[in-house]
Amino acid sequence: MSLARGEHGELARAARSFPRKLLRSQAVIVAVSLLGLCILWQLAATAWPSRALPSPPAVWEALLREAASGDLAFHLSMTLGRVAAAFVLAMAIGSVVGVLLGMNRKADRFFDSWVVLFINIPALVVIVLAYIWFGLNEIAAIGAVAVNKIPNVIVTMREGARALDPRYGELATVFRLGPIDRLRHVLLPQLQPYLAAASRSGIALIWKIVLVVELLGRPNGVGFQIHLYFQLFDVAAILAYTLTFVAVMLLVELLLVQPFERHSTRWRGKPA
Amino acid sequence: MEIAEKAFRSAEGVPLVAIRDLSFEVPAGEFACLLGPSGCGKTTTLRILLGLDNDFTGSFQLPGAEKNRTAVVFQEPILLPWRTVEQNVRLVLPRGERDRDLEWLFEILGLTAVRSLYPSELSLGLARRAALARAFATEPATLFLDEPFVSLDRQTAQRLRHLLLRVWSARPTTALMVTHDVQEALMLSDRIIVLSARPAHVRGTFLIRLPREKRNPQIMSDLQRSFRERFPDLL
Repeated sequence: MSLARGEHGELARAARSFPRKLLRSQAVIVAVSLLGLCILWQLAATAWPSRALPSPPAVWEALLREAASGDLAFHLSMTLGRVAAAFVLAMAIGSVVGVLLGMNRKADRFFDSWVVLFINIPALVVIVLAYIWFGLNEIAAIGAVAVNKIPNVIVTMREGARALDPRYGELATVFRLGPIDRLRHVLLPQLQPYLAAASRSGIALIWKIVLVVELLGRPNGVGFQIHLYFQLFDVAAILAYTLTFVAVMLLVELLLVQPFERHSTRWRGKPA
Repeated sequence: MEIAEKAFRSAEGVPLVAIRDLSFEVPAGEFACLLGPSGCGKTTTLRILLGLDNDFTGSFQLPGAEKNRTAVVFQEPILLPWRTVEQNVRLVLPRGERDRDLEWLFEILGLTAVRSLYPSELSLGLARRAALARAFATEPATLFLDEPFVSLDRQTAQRLRHLLLRVWSARPTTALMVTHDVQEALMLSDRIIVLSARPAHVRGTFLIRLPREKRNPQIMSDLQRSFRERFPDLL
């Protein structure tokens, strides 16, 4: 018995350390490939010296300059705030509408064409119209970004609601679970994969649209700064802002989205 | 309070009549079985009684109006896969009683060791036991069981039947079990309600007044014989 347990323990340990090893080698590959990109960039910048293509050190300098003046942190936080607000708004509205449409076939048949229409309206049009109708303000900006994202969330969550297992609902009915328990323990866990998919693609889409919104009608934010340095033809600063923001969004993905997803799927069992 | 009446009549689906003029009653505290050929509407009857199917004409009344709790064990265990066995059981308790002592229940059903496992890590037999535990944890006024032991091997099914009897004797409630297994019905119930083929109606009621612990193999075969005399085509 103890022998069997020992063997089992070792096996389990081996199984646990396996993905970690894999992860480490993957991190090495990512680092090497990024380094390669930097070298290629440096070579190109030396071969074609121009203000339009600054070298990596020049971008790094611009980044340090912006960081030291405090501009970088300020504009970054403004943009992140807008991303967060638009994300929460889009996910909340999109999920509720999507789940309702997924559960109600009649409503879905009626509103389906609306969803298709909104999904195909270019982001730029929504932004311009929002600024015209509601003025150059924060609500119009965040609302325009959310409206761009909501149809995508609706489509994903509608699929999720269609895939709901009616047996769990019946179980909840017979045992008379309250609405909160029903939502939290029966409905949301079933929708979790769809929520995860919607939020992942959501964050990626939203931060790009937020930059456009800022460029067109906000006095601050990364998009505004990029617009400013576009007019000054300062490519190094543009790249500095872009790379910092990409890095921040990657950190959000690594430190927020992925751990949350691991936590909410722990019951699925470890992959063999 | 003594007599719980359960009667309902005639559920007419559009394409076919599943149940017609079906009425029966089960006294409170009795273990009753609904027995009938497969596809005769047993499960449909149960779904109506569970309140999952409202598209019928007729009426029924469940006992225990003041704490009107029902519990069910479905054909499949239907445990929430994202909750451990114990979390699954506790979820169905009313909010204030979530941390009640359920040790006795896990103990009787042999779930103590697996209570922190997720359903995907359980065998079908264990999952069925967890579903039983969930049903009994609520201390229901009425317990419904829908062929809770199908697709198990004979031995496991038999062991689970004994477990069911043990928990049920520890906390007796009015129970209604759907089955097509005559042996199972004879072993477990006080009253067997025999249904006809579709559209289902009651063919007759077979009462067993003998306490379960006295039902040894000799008596079981006697019971079987007398059951066969009344319903010759069912065995």
